[in-house]
Amino acid sequence: MEIHDLRVEFPSRELGQRSKLAVDGLNLKVSSGEVFGFLGPNGAGKTTTMNVLLGFVTATGGSASIFGVDVRQPIARQRIGYLPELTYYYKFLNAEELLRFYARIFRIPRADRERRISEVLKLVELDGARKRLIKTYSKGMQQRVGLAQALINNPDLLILDEPTSGLDPLGRMKVRSIIQRLKEEGKTVFFSSHELGEVETVCDRVGILHEGKLRVEGRVSDLVQKYQCNLEHVFLKIVEYQS
Amino acid sequence: MSSSKSLSTNRNPGAHNIFAIAGVVIKEMYRRKDFYVLFALVILITLLLGSLNFFDDDRIVRYLKDACLLLIWLFSLIIAMTTTARQIPAERESRTIFPLLAKPVGRGEFVVGKFLGCWLACGISLLAFYFFFGVLCASREHTFSLLVYFQAMWLHWMCLGIVVALVLFGSVVFAAPSSNTTICFIVVLGIWFAGGHLHTVALQMPGLRGAIVSFIYYAIPHLEWYDVREFIVHDWGLIDWPAWVGASIYAILYTGAFLGCTWLVFRRRTLTV
Repeated sequence: MEIHDLRVEFPSRELGQRSKLAVDGLNLKVSSGEVFGFLGPNGAGKTTTMNVLLGFVTATGGSASIFGVDVRQPIARQRIGYLPELTYYYKFLNAEELLRFYARIFRIPRADRERRISEVLKLVELDGARKRLIKTYSKGMQQRVGLAQALINNPDLLILDEPTSGLDPLGRMKVRSIIQRLKEEGKTVFFSSHELGEVETVCDRVGILHEGKLRVEGRVSDLVQKYQCNLEHVFLKIVEYQS
Repeated sequence: MSSSKSLSTNRNPGAHNIFAIAGVVIKEMYRRKDFYVLFALVILITLLLGSLNFFDDDRIVRYLKDACLLLIWLFSLIIAMTTTARQIPAERESRTIFPLLAKPVGRGEFVVGKFLGCWLACGISLLAFYFFFGVLCASREHTFSLLVYFQAMWLHWMCLGIVVALVLFGSVVFAAPSSNTTICFIVVLGIWFAGGHLHTVALQMPGLRGAIVSFIYYAIPHLEWYDVREFIVHDWGLIDWPAWVGASIYAILYTGAFLGCTWLVFRRRTLTV
């Protein structure tokens, strides 16, 4: 995944107001098999960057590509899985039907489809609730069915937007162990989070974004060594937090 | 980033995606209560009217058929509009649009999939409505004009195609489904009742005003052409096939135009999580 000099500007809705610069000259490269933590305070531009990668927002300048394909092409999304923050999936479907729908979009052959659905439901520990309507699921279960849909096509790149947001400690642990397992399988994971302890545990590299600019990027161990403090303090120093 | 899988394997998934999206819309319709409530209401009101007898009038069957068809038209419009109006706003509100469009689904496929789902859902509900109507007529008149019913139902369905495409366009223009439904309902009823008279009005108006009304007459989709209830009520027989085909083509053109407009508005729309 490569991002070159990305710039995203949102026009102001009010007359006379200047447009808002959400991302300013972002350059980033995530290599295969890497778990990359995309950090930053609220409003830093993390989600906007992800939105560009997923084709939801058109960049004002620069370029972004996934597997060498421009992100504006729908085919660029063939090998990625995306988990948005807190989504309420079609409540009139059950988990099995939801995954069948997404599997159809990826044109997974019928025989493989059922096997893959069972695999991902087992992975996210929803196998026992596969026939239950999604509207009866708890928040944690909703998040796990979201993770299952992100994995249905056995993606090479996973984009996760605050995957543990709103979950209880048990739910967080489950999601974290799934990410760990995906890492062991050699998947590339690009995820944003405010849980710095979690990022420190799971990520190979991190990038800290502040006011649309990438302030720092590197291996977690290198950053901790360079700043002589843990990742949380590194983060606070980068975003110029004064206590 | 290297991978064993090739990107070139799924280059043309358009129709596949459209049918997958349409399938979810149809599933939504038959799992919600709306259709069943309206279908039960049609049966209940028609049977109630059928049980009445005014002055031993032989033509009571005609009134019964007319009332039943009017209910079918009204309720099918309600189903078409309410189902369609909530599609895109509900996807945005529940955020399901994000995981969906994060997959190799184009925005055009999304729009067409939603249209097809709503239109097919309307078709299924029409089948149920007209089946009941057919049974009602057969029980009262002991005749069953299958071809006439087919023509009428087809034109009704084509008309709903225009309405669904119009409401889908409204759902990317207006923010709230309720305002979209209200505006589209007024427009549709306006065209249905007044559309055919606009030309006469235009001829009586001088100058620019007349030209504007004439332009409106030619620009609007004439939904009233598809209302062929009188053919069934008064047993006028079959509609001329060339007129039937022409009306179908006219509906396809207007449906395509509204879908094209929807895609033009939606394709560059910024979707923010």
